[in-house]
Amino acid sequence: MWLILTAFAAIITTVVWYISPQRDTYKLGLLSLAFWGATTMWLVDHVMAYMSEGGEFFAMNPDATMLGVTVILVALTIWLFVLLVGDPKGVIRKLIHK
Amino acid sequence: MACFLAPMSEAIVMTIVQKVVMNKAKKMGRSGSENTRSTWTRRLGWLNKMLWGGSVLLAFEHLWHGEIVPWPPFLTAMKNPADVGPMFHEIATVGTAMAVAVTVAWALMILVVELRGRSISRAGTTSTVGGTE
Repeated sequence: MWLILTAFAAIITTVVWYISPQRDTYKLGLLSLAFWGATTMWLVDHVMAYMSEGGEFFAMNPDATMLGVTVILVALTIWLFVLLVGDPKGVIRKLIHK
Repeated sequence: MACFLAPMSEAIVMTIVQKVVMNKAKKMGRSGSENTRSTWTRRLGWLNKMLWGGSVLLAFEHLWHGEIVPWPPFLTAMKNPADVGPMFHEIATVGTAMAVAVTVAWALMILVVELRGRSISRAGTTSTVGGTE
């Protein structure tokens, strides 16, 4: 389930990156590529596990769903941290120098 | 078990490579090769973002499943000698496949960007030639 949710997040962030004129300012490429990297890695993991062990391809249970949601939250938190440290709009700098 | 260590290792190596390319570009004057280097710095940045992003999120998934812990020996499989062999096997097979898949995806991105760039520059040349006739 976390593969589906991460792939969904990758698609959404790529669409936002494409339509946003301020994609570089808000580091949307970082968020989008991080989601695509994780999606690719989990896809390989799922395919190899399915080929070697069989069973269900997607784990559909509350724990897997919770993991997927938490993974997206972790990625968004890291992206927000990088954005605030970079402070492209100078908002934090203005607050400090007030 | 610890498959994310293979793409994370590649991320460390490629980040160093990106820094070296970036430093060389800064040292050189404004020339054609400098433009090439800054282009490759940006392109290596795409690969590093995918590798680091994927590795960190996979590490979190392993933490969630109790396969890694925030205290030594960090990898749960290291506690049991019988699990060490399968762990290294998983890093060598699944981990390497993950790193290769991300690198291939990045190479395809570069190929598309290159082909698109060439077709745009070719279209620009054709329209310029057409305009002078």
